[in-house]
Amino acid sequence: MKRTVPLLISAVTGFVLIGTAFIPMFEEWGNDAMAWFNLLAAFAFILGGGNLLKMQLQKISAQQAGWGYAAVTLIAFFVTLFVGLAKVGVHPNAKFPEYSWSGNYLEEGGAFWWFFEYIFTPLSATMFALLAFYISSAAFRAFRAKNTEATILLIIAVIVLLGRTYASEWLTGGFPNEPIFGEGGITYSDFKLDHLSQIIMDDFTTPGMRAIKIGIALGVASTSLKVLLGVDRSYLGSDQEA
Amino acid sequence: MKQSTIIWTLLMVFGGLGLISVQLFRGKGEVYVREVPVEAKSSSKTSPEQTYRWSTYQEVSAKEKDDPGISFSFSRTLGLWVAAFCTLAIFSFLYGDNPLYKFTEAVFVGVSAAYAMVVGFWTEIVTNLYAKLLPELARMSFFPDMESDVHSDLLYLIPLVLSVLLLWRLAPKGNWIARWPLAFFIGATAGIRLISYLETDFIGQLQSTVMPFIVFSADGSMLWFKSLKNTVVIVGVTSCMVYFFFSVEHEGIVKYISRLGIWFLMVTFGASFAYTVMGRIALLSGRLDFLFNEWLGI
Repeated sequence: MKRTVPLLISAVTGFVLIGTAFIPMFEEWGNDAMAWFNLLAAFAFILGGGNLLKMQLQKISAQQAGWGYAAVTLIAFFVTLFVGLAKVGVHPNAKFPEYSWSGNYLEEGGAFWWFFEYIFTPLSATMFALLAFYISSAAFRAFRAKNTEATILLIIAVIVLLGRTYASEWLTGGFPNEPIFGEGGITYSDFKLDHLSQIIMDDFTTPGMRAIKIGIALGVASTSLKVLLGVDRSYLGSDQEA
Repeated sequence: MKQSTIIWTLLMVFGGLGLISVQLFRGKGEVYVREVPVEAKSSSKTSPEQTYRWSTYQEVSAKEKDDPGISFSFSRTLGLWVAAFCTLAIFSFLYGDNPLYKFTEAVFVGVSAAYAMVVGFWTEIVTNLYAKLLPELARMSFFPDMESDVHSDLLYLIPLVLSVLLLWRLAPKGNWIARWPLAFFIGATAGIRLISYLETDFIGQLQSTVMPFIVFSADGSMLWFKSLKNTVVIVGVTSCMVYFFFSVEHEGIVKYISRLGIWFLMVTFGASFAYTVMGRIALLSGRLDFLFNEWLGI
């Protein structure tokens, strides 16, 4: 029951979904499974919220170091959850005004919208913006043209970075549109940084990206088969679990 | 306390006070809105006609603040200041881990978790479960525009049961039962991804790579640039795949081809790195634009 049934469930679900791709008659099954999958994902968020609650409450009750921040997390969690679920400040749908719950939960001016606009968005954007500093300092420390491979990576990164900014115009904007050798053919302006950056992005990154994508696809296929055939059972956890 | 810590703290405190005083003095950091009255008539044909009235508010630029119908919005102004505080608090991490950063980090964790739950609740649980199982009730509460001939789809009892089993994981005993919905989740992911990845990323990419080395135009002349481009792609993909092929030793000719593959991969990584940096810089400039333009109005 603890291990055999889940293995059967995953194998049957997976192989049925693979089968639906080859039998058009059962294509609808695939859509149903996707809808169920999304529903389970929504419930997984509730599970995640419950787990967060459990962990933070444990921290507070044990008065661990930084338990005050756990309390802040819980307050922020409950307030956002309440205003979102209760649709605080949301007006009904104008076509059906007598149905007070018919409005959009993210309506502009509503309390949940306020939390999204003024807390969630600035915090998430700034968190990712912080990476600009760390990525730059890491690159400054790690990028050294020690061998051919590192030199290629460095040169390409610099060309693409400069080519996508105003520095391209500033550094190479003056290159004339005149042929280098005789009439026609390659011109000086072909070596402008923005043009080189475009060529690199269009032609020279394609082979690497394609090879990586092919490798990923093969990896996904083999890992999926391992899971469906029961060779990889790591998702079931250990036998000791209650 | 170290001398440098005291200096930095004083700088930050005075900087913050300076910003606040500049804001108060210049009257910036305020949000103005235009009131848009809404008048809606009852949709029910059986009940007596009733008119419902309320107002929505549209944000306008500060230049229009003296126009008729424009008013100061306290909630949005407060929001602007909260957003500025959150942005500065996160940036304070550049100086080092500090209570201000930890506070906003804790807020971020709580708000993000609740946000994901609320979005999942309204977009999935209510729309795709409650409305499918109890369409009549859904029509009377959240979706009055739902068609009246929709009947309950009892097949959706399966994901409901699986979801309840998934939540069982939080129970102190018998939480192994949560493996069943997890197995469905894993099986569905594996089945869907296996086909989609093979179709788009494996077959699709191979198909795009199978192309002529030499390309001719309609009049029979050779297209040099197109031919060179195709050759670069074919040689590049082949050499990269040779590098990824570890079933043969990379010796002799294979060594040279795989070396070429590494060079192509380095080009890809260099460009990807540059793009990642550009993306983060764009986010950073967005935040700085918010601080200096929207908040400070400089």
